[in-house]
Amino acid sequence: MAPRIATTAAEAVANIHDSATILIGGFGNAGQPMELIDALMDCGATDLTVINNNAGQADAGLALLIKERRVKKIICSFPRQSDSWHFDEAYRAGEIELELVPQGNLAERIRAAGAGIGGFFTPTGYGTLLAEGKETRVIDGKGYVLESPISADFALIKALRADTHGNLVYRKTARNFGPIMAAAAKSAIVQIDEIVETGQLDPEVVVTPGIYVNTLVALGGKN
Amino acid sequence: MSTFTTTETALTRDEMAALVAADIPEGAFVNLGIGQPTNVSNFLTAQQGVTLHTENGMLGMGPVATGDEVDEDLINAGKIPVTELPGASYFHHADSFAMMRGGHLDVCVLGAFQVSGSGDLANWHTGAPGAIPAVGGAMDLAIGAKATWVMMGLFTKTGESKLVEALSYPVTGLGCVSRIYTESAIFELQDSIVTVRSTHGISFEELAERLPVALVRAA
Repeated sequence: MAPRIATTAAEAVANIHDSATILIGGFGNAGQPMELIDALMDCGATDLTVINNNAGQADAGLALLIKERRVKKIICSFPRQSDSWHFDEAYRAGEIELELVPQGNLAERIRAAGAGIGGFFTPTGYGTLLAEGKETRVIDGKGYVLESPISADFALIKALRADTHGNLVYRKTARNFGPIMAAAAKSAIVQIDEIVETGQLDPEVVVTPGIYVNTLVALGGKN
Repeated sequence: MSTFTTTETALTRDEMAALVAADIPEGAFVNLGIGQPTNVSNFLTAQQGVTLHTENGMLGMGPVATGDEVDEDLINAGKIPVTELPGASYFHHADSFAMMRGGHLDVCVLGAFQVSGSGDLANWHTGAPGAIPAVGGAMDLAIGAKATWVMMGLFTKTGESKLVEALSYPVTGLGCVSRIYTESAIFELQDSIVTVRSTHGISFEELAERLPVALVRAA
């Protein structure tokens, strides 16, 4: 089915409900779907579980959701930064649960969810605090840790351009988590600079096929 | 194994970076960690033909962007704006870490709090009470590349060796470090044997006295 085309970010996120699990794309500001996060803030959904590489920066986007205590749990690789004060405060107050995951394991767990993989053995984290309590196995003399997939109700991601079939292309390092998050969510909501007619994206350069995309909203952009 | 050498004075950070750069094989695919390792890129020569990887999804990373080159969609793992070189490629996060975990990168250079004589690495968490943990790509980088090299100061501010018998900080990766560059010496680690390749501003004998691990002098 062709994706729904929303006219505003608010309309794009309108179905997000309380207690939803949400994958949010972006690494730093690159690929961060800032307008969708702002709309999520406005829509009032709470008790959220959020998966992102970080735990919000400064006084914008995800950081504000955390400030308002709308996020009960965050799964990320790098929460602590010089400007992660809202997360730091919530964490120290015991008001947010943190699941810390090595970055490559985070990416592979998301990828696994979209690919229908029930779990995988990874060498990353073997013998460390982050593998405590997890099943391990030695394969050909090397230690591995069993990791599970991370799926979600929704993904909020940013791409450069979509066609009306939902096929996506990205821009430079803003691609980061977008393709794997789109595949791992029941409903992928994508903000793009522009939507072009079907046939106007070269099929050879499509990065995320439209099968993974449920909602599009074109918000313009400088690129 | 290279021949043992010694210099009168300790290495500066730039001299350390230049030595690391000179040791990177021609045509290698390399990931340089945040901090001191980033400086290595300033000493790589065009003739070496080294391709830099950044784990947020790029091969062929160029120098830090300045002025009009700054593009918020083009950043490195430290979230600093960078540039792309001819032949660059972009890929998503799972591919980027698969590339690393799959052993496709030749060298990864990282900073460290401690390294053990058997090559265990601690560089992600001090374990201090109240510290908010953050790991990022540290554990993936430590164990992924064909060779993991460390750049660090050899001694803490209070004079304790950071090359240790067993880690007291939380582990990042086990048995992963094969070489350590410090201001005072360069070490090769193999099968729990620590070989000193060079000393700088300190004699081999004095070094052996101050470090808690057994040292072998390179031939």
